[in-house]
Amino acid sequence: MIKLKTAANSDNMSQNKYWQSFAEANDPENFKGRNQDEFREELPFEDFDGKGLIDAKAPRRDFLKYLGFSTAAATLAASCKVPVRKAIPFANKPENIVPGEVKYYATTYIQDGDVVPVLARVRDGRPILIEGNDLSFVKGCTTARIQASVLDLYDKNRVTHPKHKKGNEFTEIPTFEALDKELGAAIRNAGGEVVLLTGTINSPSALQVIADFKAAYPSFRHVQYDAVSHSAMLLANEASFGSRAIPSYKFENARKVVVSFGADFLGTWLSPVEFSHGFALNRRINEDDPKMVRHFQFESFLSMTGANADYRFNHRPSETGAVVAALAAALGVPGVSAPAITDAKLKAGIEQVAKELNAGKGESLVVSDSNDVNVQVLINAINSHIGSYGTTIDWSAPVKYRQGIDKDLADLVAAMQSGSVGTLMIYGANPVYTWPEAKKFEDALKRVKVSISFNDRIDETTALCQYIVPSNHYLESWGDAEARAGQIGFVQPTIFPLFKTRQWQESLLVWAGKNELFEDYFRNFWIARLGSADAYNKALQDGVWTAAEATTASAGSFNGGAVAGAVAAIGAAPKGGAKEVVLYQNVALGSGSHPGNPWLQELPDPITKATWDNYAMISASTADELKIDYKSNDYEYYPNKPVIKIKAGNLEVELPILVVPGMDKNTIAVALGYGRAASLGPVYENVGKNVYPVSSFNGTTVSLYATNATVERAGRNEKIAQTQIHTSYEDRVDVVRETSLASFIKDKHEIKDYRDKLVNDYAKNTGSFRKEATLYGDHEAPGIKWGMSIDMNACFGCGACVIACHAENNVPVVGKREVLRYHDMHWLRIDRYYVSDEKDPNELKGVVFQPMMCQHCDNAPCENVCPVAATNHSSEGINQMAYNRCIGTRYCANNCPYKVRRFNWADYTGADSFKNNQDQELVGKLDIAVHHMNDDLTRMVLNPDVTVRSRGVMEKCTFCVQRLQAAKLDAKKAGEPLKDKHVRLACSSACAADAIVFGNVNDKDSAINEERRKNPLRTFYVLEQIHTLPNISYLAKIRNTDELIPRKGAHGGGGHEEGGHGEEKGHGEAPHAEQGHGEKEHQESKLPSTQPAEAHH
Amino acid sequence: MIPCKPTLQRLTLLFLSIFVLSAVTVSAQDGKTLFVSKCQSCHAPDMKTGSTGPALGGVEDRWPDKQKLHEWIRNNKALIASGYPYAVEISKYSPTAMDLFTNITDPEIDAILKYINDVNTGVIGGKKTEKDSENGKESNQNAVIFGVISLILALIAFILMYVNSNLKKLSDDAEGIDRPEPVPFYRNKVYLALFAIVLFIVGGFFVSKGMIGLNRQTGYAPKQPIYYSHKVHAGINQINCLYCHGNAWESKTAAIPSVNVCMNCHKTIQTYSKGPKLYDNEGMEINGTAEIAKLYEYAGFDPKKPDAWDPSKAKPIEWVKIHNLPDHVYFNHSQHIRVGNVQCQTCHGDITGMDVVHQASELSMGWCVNCHRQTKVNFNYSDSTGNQFYSIYQKFHDDIKSGKMDSVSVKDIGGLECQKCHY
Repeated sequence: MIKLKTAANSDNMSQNKYWQSFAEANDPENFKGRNQDEFREELPFEDFDGKGLIDAKAPRRDFLKYLGFSTAAATLAASCKVPVRKAIPFANKPENIVPGEVKYYATTYIQDGDVVPVLARVRDGRPILIEGNDLSFVKGCTTARIQASVLDLYDKNRVTHPKHKKGNEFTEIPTFEALDKELGAAIRNAGGEVVLLTGTINSPSALQVIADFKAAYPSFRHVQYDAVSHSAMLLANEASFGSRAIPSYKFENARKVVVSFGADFLGTWLSPVEFSHGFALNRRINEDDPKMVRHFQFESFLSMTGANADYRFNHRPSETGAVVAALAAALGVPGVSAPAITDAKLKAGIEQVAKELNAGKGESLVVSDSNDVNVQVLINAINSHIGSYGTTIDWSAPVKYRQGIDKDLADLVAAMQSGSVGTLMIYGANPVYTWPEAKKFEDALKRVKVSISFNDRIDETTALCQYIVPSNHYLESWGDAEARAGQIGFVQPTIFPLFKTRQWQESLLVWAGKNELFEDYFRNFWIARLGSADAYNKALQDGVWTAAEATTASAGSFNGGAVAGAVAAIGAAPKGGAKEVVLYQNVALGSGSHPGNPWLQELPDPITKATWDNYAMISASTADELKIDYKSNDYEYYPNKPVIKIKAGNLEVELPILVVPGMDKNTIAVALGYGRAASLGPVYENVGKNVYPVSSFNGTTVSLYATNATVERAGRNEKIAQTQIHTSYEDRVDVVRETSLASFIKDKHEIKDYRDKLVNDYAKNTGSFRKEATLYGDHEAPGIKWGMSIDMNACFGCGACVIACHAENNVPVVGKREVLRYHDMHWLRIDRYYVSDEKDPNELKGVVFQPMMCQHCDNAPCENVCPVAATNHSSEGINQMAYNRCIGTRYCANNCPYKVRRFNWADYTGADSFKNNQDQELVGKLDIAVHHMNDDLTRMVLNPDVTVRSRGVMEKCTFCVQRLQAAKLDAKKAGEPLKDKHVRLACSSACAADAIVFGNVNDKDSAINEERRKNPLRTFYVLEQIHTLPNISYLAKIRNTDELIPRKGAHGGGGHEEGGHGEEKGHGEAPHAEQGHGEKEHQESKLPSTQPAEAHH
Repeated sequence: MIPCKPTLQRLTLLFLSIFVLSAVTVSAQDGKTLFVSKCQSCHAPDMKTGSTGPALGGVEDRWPDKQKLHEWIRNNKALIASGYPYAVEISKYSPTAMDLFTNITDPEIDAILKYINDVNTGVIGGKKTEKDSENGKESNQNAVIFGVISLILALIAFILMYVNSNLKKLSDDAEGIDRPEPVPFYRNKVYLALFAIVLFIVGGFFVSKGMIGLNRQTGYAPKQPIYYSHKVHAGINQINCLYCHGNAWESKTAAIPSVNVCMNCHKTIQTYSKGPKLYDNEGMEINGTAEIAKLYEYAGFDPKKPDAWDPSKAKPIEWVKIHNLPDHVYFNHSQHIRVGNVQCQTCHGDITGMDVVHQASELSMGWCVNCHRQTKVNFNYSDSTGNQFYSIYQKFHDDIKSGKMDSVSVKDIGGLECQKCHY
């Protein structure tokens, strides 16, 4: 359905247009010309002596010299002498360790209050990958950040031993005994209050430790503070329900309507793992009875969740309250009067939402990420009005993910300022970086006599503390976390602590005078609770424990008393200025709690596909105001982007811009989590800017936006490394298949017709498109044939699969400079397509995400062109890649229509025969991030079953062949036929929405077979018409809108297309959702007549 | 001008004879190749000691009927089922049933039997057959002899030609025919060209052979921190390989046993006295008891106070790794020994006869692939011998039934594909 070059032949068709960049949408001809080269750069020959190789002096002799040298060097490097290798066994082999075999240990990912039970894949004592725990309440789901957390363990910027500040330098404290002695005296001598400042702590055992500590230090106080807080929800719930807690949101029960006011619930809001899973359940389609939840998003910029919405409406951040109030009024929530909404589209949208919410009572859900108590009170009122409580919102088990109250920190700062705080201990919080009034905190910290940080890196706050007592990484720790009342995730160590670190709980125990290892304390705590050591061991083994069977959902008792006040406060809120700035968390870095993670830094943003940076997302109209010619090919083609100067809140910052469709006109969006301190490691210096100072504290809560901002051009450019702009499908059609639910119901056979037409056109004699439509022979798969199906309705673009692939397959990190040269190495990318009306590309209808990796074609264009047969086909349908055979011609990448092959342009992994081959003048020096990844410590994360590729070879998705081989071996060892249970790919098991299904197509009972069998009408293959015969099928994306999209004439068959035009012209534009139903019916009746639909009945 | 035609003819003859000679040596080894690929995994190659299967020396004399012996080798199950008394008798030798070789031809069986007889009577190799490396040495010696002979012949040919041309010159002088001064051989372009071509071919052969052999270390037998004799342990004392290398059953690596496994036995076996004398590679005699004492040092064990031993104080032994595969090769022991029923000896050679372990096989890709080509997969999943896993290969089962295929070998189920071993 992708069709870009359509301006001339479709003037009156209102078909959807799919595009990736403005230049592609506005100037496709030039764009195509620019992008047609697979490898854009010139070969770096001119560096030989400033001239080309041919013009250089005596090139032949030089050539011979180089040839001679390299031959001799290669011989030396290969060296006839084989090094003596040692094989060192255990002195005493532990019974349950089998060298070379993988073991899974259940543990729980804990970060900033997030609780996700996971399995750590441990190989020879090293955790190398995180997978979901199927026993857990999150159903085996993970996110990109969880997947990447294993790399944090091996970060060489971790604090390796306890430290004490002497002057301006930290010096090592040799032993914990010495530390405890010194600190014990210091805390007592400091007098005053002893305060523990943490992120959300939801660990029952840790809270017990804190209680014990309080018993020893009566002047003790525990303050919880979240960088991106949910204080407003907690406070609003206190007002509405009398309980300072957050109820469980059950997206799986919201079958009718989900309305989100800015909440990125699929990416970063509260518990995206659970929400993605639950939401996806209602986004899947049963083809016989197509129904799905309708998702409305009101927001100020294009968020990832917004990109997945069926209808999006933009508003300024300062208008959030008014929009929510308008919806409440439209729904008839008592005591709410409608504020004036000027924007016509927004107004119509609110009315539509109100209508649908009223129709979908009890099966709908409204959420908001606003940190304004008044807005959250109104959201509660709306949810109560539409009957969400007890159905889609459950008060019987409140979640404990976020408990920080912003005002508590403000009070603490005041107390510190007054000098009443003698000792401040910090764990998991970094207010110097995240607090809006960071300077105030900094000054107040200086007045605290003893300041101790338990953080494992020298972050901005830790750098200002006097003591660092580094805590363990979660993979080295004991512990627990309570996701919601009675649901516990258990943490057990999967590796002995790498450095001289100690869990913060143990430090507190020691300083409280209890000389007990936390491990023992923890065991005793849980044996007492669970009744027996066996129950405790079982809980550890499972990684999860649930108190009792879940009770029936509770509605709580809603008290609307606060509504009137909230409406009044919202009405009195100041209007925004010319421009507003909104801060958001992206799926990779979030609030900035994984700063030292190159995988996350290199994960392309779901929307902008930018890596290693934050930037200002601006709307097209803002770009026009700033005189930025974003439609020109130069803007897209060159990574240099204009820099603007933003003044907002307490911050004046210069950031490069990216023009994004679907933004509110006057809002600028910037991601949090960038611009970190140099002490976190040289890799992250100069990566983006810190924009937390834009936020403000209003006396109750922190607002992550600024209403009165000014912007101007800074007069210079900066490079942004984006990954999507350099692949091109060469104007081929049918890459993405997407339609609206209304169109699908009306015309279910569109995709199948297209596929049948291929058979009719190219395989008339036998009816086998596979065999007849090619000159090449077929590959037989006598035993197993691997296949994958990706449901684009369930892919939200979050990137968990990309990071899982990184970790499983040793995919190298290349650094910003290499991404800028289009040398990114991700085997799996998620293509983002903007969907717009063909005639109005700036009016965004939606966004389609399409995971794209090697399609494992059965008639693969890459295989035919490899001169050394390094890439060839297996009898199981895998397009194989033999790295050691590859000589790096790159013909395969050139001939791959999907552009999924990745070439090792430089020695990213340090695997070359030549040592230190990474800083060559000819290929350009590599970023420090690459060297960081090649550190001996960081390399512990490598998967030993996967070859580390060296410079000059091609690589790509292998279908995790190492896992397939292991799966077959497991089945053979068990003496049973291969079944789904044996196979799990890194990407499919990482996906929270289960969008990726993988298995043996030859097995009739496999899930992949069922997926394809149940969805014959949505199944399509990318570029099927060029007869590559991919082994990856996709299920077309359906957006739940009422819009009727006319059927595309079958491409390649002019007749149908012609007919289609004739039909359309008489009726003008196809109707939009907002238009009357009557006209739609009229239109629909005409549409199918152009298609040979009868052929299928 | 020297006539070059005869020279060329002679050279051609020389090359031809060398090729023919080498071809003959290959065909003479058929019996051995067959034995190694089909029999050696269960039958000891010295033909004199029992192994999984009985010693094969004198097998033809033991069998009453040569025809029945052939039948037995081809399909021992059928013969046992037929009730042939000698077959029933020897089927009791071991609980492990002999593999079926339904495709083996009579001449092949004869070649194997001849080889068995030759080895048994000492015609081939004598004692030396035990060590492949010495076989190699022998063929190397042959090559040297051939080379020297060829060189001498070439020299004689050259001298004769030179004499011939001198005589011709003399006779021409005598007859008064005026010929130009002959070009000396070192400036003769024909000679130089020939020399260059020969140098290129011979040099190229050795260079490429050398390159291919880089990093291959057949016969590698390094000195280990402790002189550990597999012959004493696995050969004479018949300790099962998996007792120490149990990891091979579970995992990709066979793993070297940890010190506590050694100590399971050596807590009580403190001296080496009854076994044969031990020699290292240089022929020096080894004191076995002293070697056991080295183990005690690692284990922190005092033989005088065995009860005071604390295993947690043990230090690991740094063995020198003999069998090294390149990093880009994935090899899984459990796949081969557990699923494929391959004997350890197939790749590691006659390990039960080695005092000092050496690398018996080449461990090259060609060597791996060759075995994958020849090895049959047991597809009889309907009885208990086969693996249910292979039931998914419906096409092959159909083909076997319809007679299109007689058996399935590893290559048919993808054993030659790149990503079976490289990923």
